[in-house]
Amino acid sequence: MADLKLTHVEKAYGEVKILEDINLDIGTGELIVFVGPSGCGKSTLLRMIAGLEKITSGTLEIDGQVVNDIPPARRGIAMVFQSYALYPHMTVRENMAFALRIAKRDRAEIDAAVNRAAEILQLTPYLDRLPKALSGGQRQRVAIGRAIVRDPKVYLFDEPLSNLDAALRVATRIEIAQLKEKMPDSTMIYVTHDQVEAMTLATRIVVLTVGQGIAQVGTPLDLYERPENEFVAQFIGSPAMNLLEGEIVGTGAETEIRLADGGIARSAVPTQASDKGMAVRVGIRPEDMVPTEGTAIYSGTVDITEALGEVTQIYFRAENGAAPVIAKLPGIHAGLRHKTVAMTADPAKVHLFHDGRSLLYR
Amino acid sequence: MENIAGRKSALNWAVHLSVLALVALWVLPTFGLLVSSFRTGDQIAASGWWRALTTQEQQLSPIRVEGEEVERNGAYEIAGTLFPRARSTVSVWGTSSRAIDAYKAGETADLDDGETLTLEADGSYLLRSPVSLKDTRLPRIFATASQPPEFTLANYRTVLFGKSTGTSIGQAFLNTATVAIPATVIPILVAAFAAYALAWMSFPGRALLVAAIVGLLVVPLQLALIPLLQFHNWIGIGKGYLGIWLAHTGFGLPLAIYLLRNYMVGLPRDIIENARVDGASEFEIFVKIILPLSFPALASFAIFQFLWTWNDLLVALVFLGTGNDQLVLTGALVNLLGSRGGEWEILATSAFVSIAVPLAVFFAMQKYLVRGLLAGSVK
Repeated sequence: MADLKLTHVEKAYGEVKILEDINLDIGTGELIVFVGPSGCGKSTLLRMIAGLEKITSGTLEIDGQVVNDIPPARRGIAMVFQSYALYPHMTVRENMAFALRIAKRDRAEIDAAVNRAAEILQLTPYLDRLPKALSGGQRQRVAIGRAIVRDPKVYLFDEPLSNLDAALRVATRIEIAQLKEKMPDSTMIYVTHDQVEAMTLATRIVVLTVGQGIAQVGTPLDLYERPENEFVAQFIGSPAMNLLEGEIVGTGAETEIRLADGGIARSAVPTQASDKGMAVRVGIRPEDMVPTEGTAIYSGTVDITEALGEVTQIYFRAENGAAPVIAKLPGIHAGLRHKTVAMTADPAKVHLFHDGRSLLYR
Repeated sequence: MENIAGRKSALNWAVHLSVLALVALWVLPTFGLLVSSFRTGDQIAASGWWRALTTQEQQLSPIRVEGEEVERNGAYEIAGTLFPRARSTVSVWGTSSRAIDAYKAGETADLDDGETLTLEADGSYLLRSPVSLKDTRLPRIFATASQPPEFTLANYRTVLFGKSTGTSIGQAFLNTATVAIPATVIPILVAAFAAYALAWMSFPGRALLVAAIVGLLVVPLQLALIPLLQFHNWIGIGKGYLGIWLAHTGFGLPLAIYLLRNYMVGLPRDIIENARVDGASEFEIFVKIILPLSFPALASFAIFQFLWTWNDLLVALVFLGTGNDQLVLTGALVNLLGSRGGEWEILATSAFVSIAVPLAVFFAMQKYLVRGLLAGSVK
């Protein structure tokens, strides 16, 4: 139920700038995910929105009101911490009621809010237990319940699932998605380093880089299909996108590139005649690689194969090739090791980068 | 590497043996004190406490025959028993200190002037004389008897409630409690606030303040005793309970603040931040989150401070008077040593009364003691 607006927000510790020139508009009902490598400042940005870290410069507005100097409690936010941060000496009920008690609401209202939240999160049977008697997933739900009870304008999640084991993480991720469905008006900001969480939960993803602020903001599929730069291209998708050095030899609606390793690639990214001879990097996702008998973009000898069942990942390398190129082939492919393979890709799925920027966004 | 799986190294044994030795070193005297406090002075003088459970053969102090004279068959008789209460068995006896084993139990001794004295094994005696025994010195019996184990609460009655003890341990016990309890509670109250501020509130000079407190830890309190007493006199507190509470508080605060601060610093930051997001003020965070979570550290310091103030003699000597209403246990014990140094049963009982409370406190709260000390250093 709130719009957030970040304008030229910066964070510095002394001389060291952690975040620089962050501009972001977040609309009501959005679930924004901050992703980025360790140390990119995504948690710091979240804590600045929460009011737990001072904003060095720039402004943060919630519903049109500048809240830079307003303490966390009066910003209308609720935060779910990575470590759950439950009060260990209070029962689940007391944990969830704490904020409302502090706010001196009357008993009936508190009970109603707690019971409603407990129902949403299926915590009703555990209301009188202490946190130590709960499993990791239940503790995480209590932490979320504590946020729900406050009925905040903005929910902030700081890597809420990273302390859970793999199976539980998937289950809780789905619960959060369902929770968002039940509360379509609430604005949520979610920090994670897990791109599966980012891709599945987000309405929009904000990719942050170390020291350079926002790399790209967009819907998950936007980021996947049309990355603005090499950083986003490699960060989203697993294994990371292959980048191959090359030079533009043919321009037009479809571009032709000669690769340093001898192959010829065709991309649907349009170029002008003046681009001829430009040094570019060709980006192809491992899952877009297709074996071919004809003209290959890249061919080489297979070093390693990883059979995952549903897909087989192969690492192959041209003679003198610096880094291995990865291809992800559906199904099981036995006996490819030490064989020579040749791969091509659909021109629509071949990305072009010059100086780290995508040629799509010129 | 050979000690990794299952094999104990020599060092391990050395550790276990020294622990055992230390435990024995402390437990044996304490236990001896406890046993002694339930024995009579005679028993303590005759045998060690470790023989308290076995029957003792011992030479009794001389007992003069006494009783109502009865005339029977032309002779005058006095009957009685050596042991009106205890059940002892006489083995040998005599009527003079030069021959204490002249007769066996049941035998009859011929005394001068036709008197005869018979002593049975159960301690009953019969003195028979042809003339009236009125106004004569009756003979004494030197008996050697074996006594069954016997324990008594009389010492505790004497020490705790006896009016005639001269130095009233019961009153001293109350005085010590009057010193120790406020002297434990006040520093905790003050230190908890200080520790929270030093741990979680940022203000200029905080690091210096912490350093100063650590510095105060090494100041010996003897250094401050006399100036502090002069100061108390100057501001008009003088000697008394208020003065000693303040003194103990002052001497205890550096350790209290240091211990509590280190514990509180180790509390998860997320919890406190979450409380802040939840809208709690600093005071609410302190009272509702920090204090309950710091309980182990509070308890561990409370134990320390309580034991130290309970066992203290020096500070009490300086800051309290010596009247019956202000003398603490340790002081009373010192007095006892002087005035009744020979009465071991009174000394043992008094000593045990004085250590009973620290022992109880220690055993009731020992898990907090260890936990509170380790907390923060080991996660």
